[in-house]
Amino acid sequence: MENPVIEVRDFRKTYGDFIAVDGISFEVNQGEIFGLLGPNGAGKTSTLESLEGLRSPNSGSLRVAGVDPTREPRKLRNVIGVQLQTSGLPESITVKEAMMFFCAYHGVDARYDLLDRLGLSEKRGAQYHQLSTGQQRRLSLALALAHDPSVLFLDEPTAGLDVATRVELHDIMREQQQVGTTIILATHDMAEAEEMADRIAILLRGQIATTGTPIEITAEGAGLTKVSVRTQNSSLSASGVSFPAVSQQGSKDEYSIYFSTDIGPTLAAIISHIESQKDALIDLRVERPSLEDRFLEITSPGGGR
Amino acid sequence: MTAFIHHFSFEFRAGIRDKQLLLVNYLLPLGFYFMMAFIMPGINPMFLEFLIPALVTFAILSATLLGIPDPLVKAREDGIYRSYKINGVPSSSILTIPALTTMLHLVIVTAIITVTAPLLFDASVPVNWFNYLITFVVMAFASAGMSVLIGVLSSSTRMTVMWSQLVYLPSMLLGGLMLPSSLLPDVVLKISQLLPAAQAMNAFNALAMGKVADFNPWGSVAALFLSGILSFGLAIYMFSWDSRNEGRRGHPLMALLVLLPFVVGVFLF
Repeated sequence: MENPVIEVRDFRKTYGDFIAVDGISFEVNQGEIFGLLGPNGAGKTSTLESLEGLRSPNSGSLRVAGVDPTREPRKLRNVIGVQLQTSGLPESITVKEAMMFFCAYHGVDARYDLLDRLGLSEKRGAQYHQLSTGQQRRLSLALALAHDPSVLFLDEPTAGLDVATRVELHDIMREQQQVGTTIILATHDMAEAEEMADRIAILLRGQIATTGTPIEITAEGAGLTKVSVRTQNSSLSASGVSFPAVSQQGSKDEYSIYFSTDIGPTLAAIISHIESQKDALIDLRVERPSLEDRFLEITSPGGGR
Repeated sequence: MTAFIHHFSFEFRAGIRDKQLLLVNYLLPLGFYFMMAFIMPGINPMFLEFLIPALVTFAILSATLLGIPDPLVKAREDGIYRSYKINGVPSSSILTIPALTTMLHLVIVTAIITVTAPLLFDASVPVNWFNYLITFVVMAFASAGMSVLIGVLSSSTRMTVMWSQLVYLPSMLLGGLMLPSSLLPDVVLKISQLLPAAQAMNAFNALAMGKVADFNPWGSVAALFLSGILSFGLAIYMFSWDSRNEGRRGHPLMALLVLLPFVVGVFLF
């Protein structure tokens, strides 16, 4: 996995006086799904568009599958596939025409099998504006995959999709990963990033606030682990009951809730207390801080760095 | 070449499939043709002598000025150019293919008018078919080029309408489509020489219909051709992939260069 396909070095992008990206560096290895997260205006789009060859960096260097996106646009277009957030297709183009059109410009045969795989075979004759949002996204993905790119850029791929379509798209992303495709996933959906990405970079005000695996990033925070316990005789509800490493506690719907800074001693003490009170455990839930919690922590005013 | 054929094929079909384009490519020119052919001979019997060139020129103005710029601007605003750039669609194709497909639609409409007008309305037919074809091609080329340039320069679809009407409306009034240019006062006739429609009508009438020219008809053909070359050249130079059209090269006033051949013509012819 230590084979960088995307290399970003001291990349800086400005628009007039506004600094959109301020000297960021990161690498993405082959076959990796790399999540690019950040609030609006954090520099995600500028980074993506520069990697896709749509914008030129003010300074720094970019390499995508060994290609300089600014200097070698012809080479770049055959190594990347891009599913844009916006439509990117004329309203009156049919599904079949779109496939023929883009494949012809990539110099490959039309990939109608991808339309079948993505459930669009019945819609070949439908015009783009007649497709549902989900079908438009699936078509966009089919077009991005049609020339077998080694790097795939997905910008909010599942926004506005129903659950079934979302699961289907995630399966396709995993399949692509299996065959060695490197995927850059830009999303506002923290659950999606946590589920799909091998590594994540959170951008904030043009800089990388943090990077790592989803577990590493969530573990970095001040995050308190939430423990919810329900017992038969409500022995935990008695006043004066306290446990080690618990910073806050409360109750809701017959559950006693504890926020622990060190989950091991807290759990051991809770179990021991229940046994000592001859009580019986009905339900116990342990929830670690989510990526969303950590994201909010980083991006809130005064948070992060 | 395969990519060009697929692109051309899609754009041509879009010219019929899209209701707005169907209107400006076919319904408006043909509807106006039938209306004028029924009404105008009763008002001005001489109209039948220049019905064919007038209605062909009208069809060219409608299909190009009203049909080409708007889809170009909308495609840019919708981020379609970004998608095209990523997938290797060259800017020259983005600009020339809609012009070429519009010209093909115009060939069909022109054929309908040219064949039916003598049969249905006893309109005069061209006496020189080769010159008729040449004049049609250069007028369609010049008008399509100007329309593509408007699409490249316009910051929004609203601006597109304004720029297009700046050419379209004076062409209708002063281009010799409704009344012969010879009836215009000398000063207005000189001003009308700045309009592609007036140049086309002059060339059609003199070179194809065997009438007297208001000014040098081959000068009109040359001016239209050069204006078309300048229009496409400037459009390709000033084209921007940016969806907000902020990365455009050159100053918008450079577009006025397309009038240079007509201005020179005013002084030479």
